Amino acid sequence: MSQTDLEIVVDDPTAPEENSPSVTSSGTIEIIVCLLLLALAAILGYDNWRTGASWDSTGPEPGYFPFYLSVILAGGSLYGLIVALVARRGAAETFVTRAQARRVMAVFVPTLLFCVVTQFLGLYVASFLLIAGFMRLVGKIALWKSLLTAFLFTAIMFVTFDVAFDVIMPKGPLEAAFGY
Amino acid sequence: MEAFGLLLHGFAVLLTWKTLVLMMVGLVLGIFVGVLPGLGGPNGVAILLPLTFTMDPTSAIVMLSCIYWGALFGGAITSILFNIPGEAWSVATTFDGYPMAQQGRAAEALTAAFTSSFIGSLVAVLLITFLAPMISSFALKFGPPEFFAVYLLTFCSFVGLGREAKHKTVISMSLGLLLAGVGMDTVSGQLRMTFGSAELLRGINFLVAVIGLFGISEILLTMEERLALRGHAASISLRVVLSVWKDLPKYWVTLLRSSFIGCWLGITPGGAIAASFMGYNLAKRFAKEPESFGKGRIEGVFAPETAAHASGTSALLPMLALGIPGSGTAAILLGGLMVWGLNPGPLLFVEHKDFVWGLIASMYLGNVVGLVLVLTTVPIFASILRVPFAAVAPMIIVSCAIGAYAIQNAMFDIWLMLGFGVVGYVFKKIGIPLAPFTLALVLGNRAEDAFRLSMIGSGGDLKVFWSNGLVGSITTLAILLLFWPVIDGLLGRVGWTRRAKSAR
Repeated sequence: MSQTDLEIVVDDPTAPEENSPSVTSSGTIEIIVCLLLLALAAILGYDNWRTGASWDSTGPEPGYFPFYLSVILAGGSLYGLIVALVARRGAAETFVTRAQARRVMAVFVPTLLFCVVTQFLGLYVASFLLIAGFMRLVGKIALWKSLLTAFLFTAIMFVTFDVAFDVIMPKGPLEAAFGY
Repeated sequence: MEAFGLLLHGFAVLLTWKTLVLMMVGLVLGIFVGVLPGLGGPNGVAILLPLTFTMDPTSAIVMLSCIYWGALFGGAITSILFNIPGEAWSVATTFDGYPMAQQGRAAEALTAAFTSSFIGSLVAVLLITFLAPMISSFALKFGPPEFFAVYLLTFCSFVGLGREAKHKTVISMSLGLLLAGVGMDTVSGQLRMTFGSAELLRGINFLVAVIGLFGISEILLTMEERLALRGHAASISLRVVLSVWKDLPKYWVTLLRSSFIGCWLGITPGGAIAASFMGYNLAKRFAKEPESFGKGRIEGVFAPETAAHASGTSALLPMLALGIPGSGTAAILLGGLMVWGLNPGPLLFVEHKDFVWGLIASMYLGNVVGLVLVLTTVPIFASILRVPFAAVAPMIIVSCAIGAYAIQNAMFDIWLMLGFGVVGYVFKKIGIPLAPFTLALVLGNRAEDAFRLSMIGSGGDLKVFWSNGLVGSITTLAILLLFWPVIDGLLGRVGWTRRAKSAR
């Protein structure tokens, strides 16, 4: 058997620490989600009722099917809200700890910024900045490795999508300067 | 015999250099996304879908389905070597696969996993080959009420048979159906739920939602968890492969039983997760030494892998024959078909024979090539996990954004993807299932059209769903499945009462 005894160990320097305090409980989030869904059901239900949720001479009006779906969504959310409120009296399960929230934000905020930058500078520049910045700042990876990886990945994406497969991505002033 | 002839025609369509190269590319990409933490079959297929937009439909579906097979194979690598189930259906594989790796039998476990994946898929593909044409010719007799009844059956079985809290499945499904209706009404042309937004005129593309719900949310969840991996390196020699294959006949009952369970749960929307656990539990129940399971028994790898892959593959049967996907990935492939202007369902077998049989032939060939590929390249793919996640995560995010943008060339879709990513993260954490949401988003418009056409035909009389034996049986079955937990509880109570009386 050529199975080796060698072990692959991949340690992440930014892994969350143990025993981090809870930010919020799952019960609280369930209540918030149910309230938001209830509000969404009300808004969509109203819009569909306004569009027409009954019958005319040609059959069901455009809002008929979605109106009743809004009612079902409202019913499900209301039931979920009651269940969550009742269950809240029991043991509160942690939704996210402070360390976990920090980590989630460490990826969410750059993704949000990436979307903003894509809008103004195009996808490839935003992609380069996201990869290089994330590797350097979050992963604490050497600057030259971060820059090289970001450049290579962005270049491969550009060649694959824009050149080889004709899938045109949003571009900004940099690409325009090169005639794209 | 007709199916056999058509299958040969499918191989003729398939066996061109271009398609074979695309097949290899698809398999490699698939294994890659299967191994990477934070990605998997559905995400990989959804993200890489834009690559296929400029291809002809046959080449495109061959590449996408090969990404799917590759991802299925790749998932086993992380489960066995790193004890990380890339997908929920790989959880049962870790029970015995990881202990085998710890005992220095990683190569044996990996060979068992890949081989059983292959066997499970092969049984399911055989089933598709011979059953799909029959079902589709039967489905040609379907009218709008029958189609709506089948959609209803799919939705109700998710609610009734799902493991999650029922109200959460209802929330997920109704939300998906509602969002599917955003934009221009396909019948009257009137705008619905757009609130004056020009961006929402196009509607919410389900692929954008899927990329956000699965891709972005997985990155958020993976970042949240501890990422320090500890696993075993492995390479597979021909001697180990042959020794595992030599012992295969000993396990024929396990393999056959798991294949049957997988095919059954794949065609009905039970899913690969239920199939893998059921396969594992039944193998344990019928074993001579059930207590040895969980300690590195090879049957504990054979059973869940065979069942999961039979299920994952046979989920394509209702998609091809009826236009109703049996799994999340099948739903994404169905979305792909629609992007290329093909209408999944019974007519596909009549109008696009080359496409359907090319796809079925690619399932055979893709699995054979995939098996050889994974057996020979395990060390390379396992070493992908050495790449820091801080490098992988932003690359996945960029790939997700490219995928979301390319579908409709809309910047708004990138924002939508991010929004769905947050929704997916929250929903996963509070136990709202995402599979019913995806299916509802895909099937929403079709279900609504079938419902409206049925109601127009009957003048608004709901009795149309019981107007003949076929539609009546499907609708009744759908309602029975919806209330299955209540019925099951009542049956259990009656049984308990009887037992109690007889005990007295």
